[in-house]
Amino acid sequence: MTEWLERHTPKMVLAPSFVAILIFVYGFIFWTAWVSFTRSRLLPKYELKGTVQYERLMASPRWDTAMDNLFIFGTLFIVISMVLGLFLAILLDQKIRAEGALRTIYLYPMALSMIVTGTAWKWIMNPGLGIEATVRGWGFENFAFDWVVNPDRAIYAVVIAAVWQASGFVMALFLAGLRGVDEEIIKAAQVDGIPTWRIYSAIIIPSMAPIFLSAFIVLAHLAIKSFDLVIALTGGGPGYATDLPATYMYAMAFSRGDIGQAASSAMVMMGVVFAIVVPYLYSELRAKHD
Amino acid sequence: MKKSVFVTAAVAAFITAGAAKAGPEAEVLHWWTSGGEAKSVAVLQGEFADNGGTWTDMPVAGGGGDAAMTALRARVLSGNAPTAVQLKGPAIQEWYEEGVLADISAVAEAEGWADVLPASIAGHMKCEGSWCAAPVNVHRIDWIWANADVLKSNGIDMPTTWAEFNAAAEKLQAAGIIPLAHGGQAWQDATIFEAVALGIGGPEFFQKAFVDLDMDTLKSDTMVEIFDQMRTLRGYVDANFAGRDWNLATAMVMNGEAAFQIMGDWAKGEFLSAGKVPGQDFLCASTPGEGFLYNVDSFAMFNVDGDDKKAGQDLLAKLIVGQNFQKVFNLNKGSIPARVDVALDDFDSCAHTSAKDMAMSSDNGSLLPSYAHGMALRGAQSGAITDVVTAHFNSDMSSAEAVEMLANSVANSL
Repeated sequence: MTEWLERHTPKMVLAPSFVAILIFVYGFIFWTAWVSFTRSRLLPKYELKGTVQYERLMASPRWDTAMDNLFIFGTLFIVISMVLGLFLAILLDQKIRAEGALRTIYLYPMALSMIVTGTAWKWIMNPGLGIEATVRGWGFENFAFDWVVNPDRAIYAVVIAAVWQASGFVMALFLAGLRGVDEEIIKAAQVDGIPTWRIYSAIIIPSMAPIFLSAFIVLAHLAIKSFDLVIALTGGGPGYATDLPATYMYAMAFSRGDIGQAASSAMVMMGVVFAIVVPYLYSELRAKHD
Repeated sequence: MKKSVFVTAAVAAFITAGAAKAGPEAEVLHWWTSGGEAKSVAVLQGEFADNGGTWTDMPVAGGGGDAAMTALRARVLSGNAPTAVQLKGPAIQEWYEEGVLADISAVAEAEGWADVLPASIAGHMKCEGSWCAAPVNVHRIDWIWANADVLKSNGIDMPTTWAEFNAAAEKLQAAGIIPLAHGGQAWQDATIFEAVALGIGGPEFFQKAFVDLDMDTLKSDTMVEIFDQMRTLRGYVDANFAGRDWNLATAMVMNGEAAFQIMGDWAKGEFLSAGKVPGQDFLCASTPGEGFLYNVDSFAMFNVDGDDKKAGQDLLAKLIVGQNFQKVFNLNKGSIPARVDVALDDFDSCAHTSAKDMAMSSDNGSLLPSYAHGMALRGAQSGAITDVVTAHFNSDMSSAEAVEMLANSVANSL
């Protein structure tokens, strides 16, 4: 009896969460996929009508903008956060004084919700209240920083706020990675007279590949599901210049009573996540296996 | 054992509570939760209780009703719809098509609604000939608000054509005043757009374009002209307008920073609560052109089981369209009563203008539903139009491009 229990307890304990995930994650992914092939409007309908929702999605200029924005935002957000995070981590790694306090200062933005970040940056970047007004107040009358209200620049304003929020967190990840590198190797390199930048580029950074993977995955999913930051910072505007797939999906499902369209956009978003994350995971995991 | 005693007691308590609750019952889903609106609902609640009813309040705030609609969807899908739900315009018909709305024709006929409601507004309350909703108020959308002092000191009269408006705006701009206070949010862009469309295109054009979605009208030269005027208006807005809330724009008019605002009559509430007097401190007029764009709030009645609930629904419908509620509610909310036989003695001069224009335009067929506020079209179509309007207003897109895009977006949303 005890032997049986020993063997089966883990399974029994895992079963409820397994079932819950099966239904509430995979079950609803299937449900959404089904609905995306129907003409559901206000309430879901289950009669299959082919790919009409995907055709409508592809014909929608607003969806085009949303996907372009996701590409711009995602790329810049991930790259800048990683570069800045790594740079800050390397600086902090130089055995400086008050490192604990500095680390906390850089990490703190992560403790804020995106809504707070968005609202604060909305005011900071507002040309009539924030940076532009202040610098003009100092006498530089031609100074302009109106990205947040300029339809061609607004998505970059969103990137600024997002990078501010996330780069401290990335720094903490990298700092942990830097500390994990074997001291002996670094000392050996120093004894050999190898310059510091070479130590970083040839020894330390390559040995942190798993940290890059974690940082990338965390940032990529933050970027793709990004919603609250845009809502707080620009409300998707000016016009729909800063719309992202998530805000598009929300508008269709909850404001416009167009559930079929929302479901098809959700499926495309999921496809994007898979397209980015799965190959990366696969190559990383296989590399480790070999 | 102890547990089962507890359960029995709870069940007994529940049953007695249920039995004690005889009489009309209503569960009302709405999103009037702020200031004047909440006060207005309390009026209805009080009247309902005075008539022996039990009111279960179900306020769902947030997202301009989006959150309430999500709650409603969940309730309807689980087969447990509320008695009455704050719904308006084509959304009523959309829910009717899902087969979940009740028929309240008996009350409507006994109360003679057909005689006291303007025909086009009554049309929204009917589902295939039978009454299924009760109107609460009429908001007018095509208002233009102005700071009286600013106009006077610059020698400007309230404009009656868009050309006059443009001339006045140029003059104001030269004098260093922002001509048009505006907030760059999609619905506000759409509000201005429909006022311009009604003014330049006229009522017949508006009906064809934004109610019937006639493709030729959507692609017409008049539409190009309307987008041209939108581009002109864009020049009269300050650089800092993106994302501004409508009440902040109203405040700009109030403190003389800006001269005009185009906004529905809820803006009046802002002026009044700041102690401003209509005709003296601020002016109200319909936007240039003829016609009247309305936004009518209403309660749709859902299918419910049980005589108590049915009785509650009928009582609620009767009270909503009753003279007393129509008057008190609209005094609180800044709109005008939907029924035309309510005495307007306590209302301000702007409301009088509104009521007079409504009666007049109802007679000559220019009483039209607002597209920007979800009265004329279903969500997907009105959203598609708004996307184009706001994209054009916030970029350097040409009017011809915008018209092309408008036709495509509308076709794609059907």
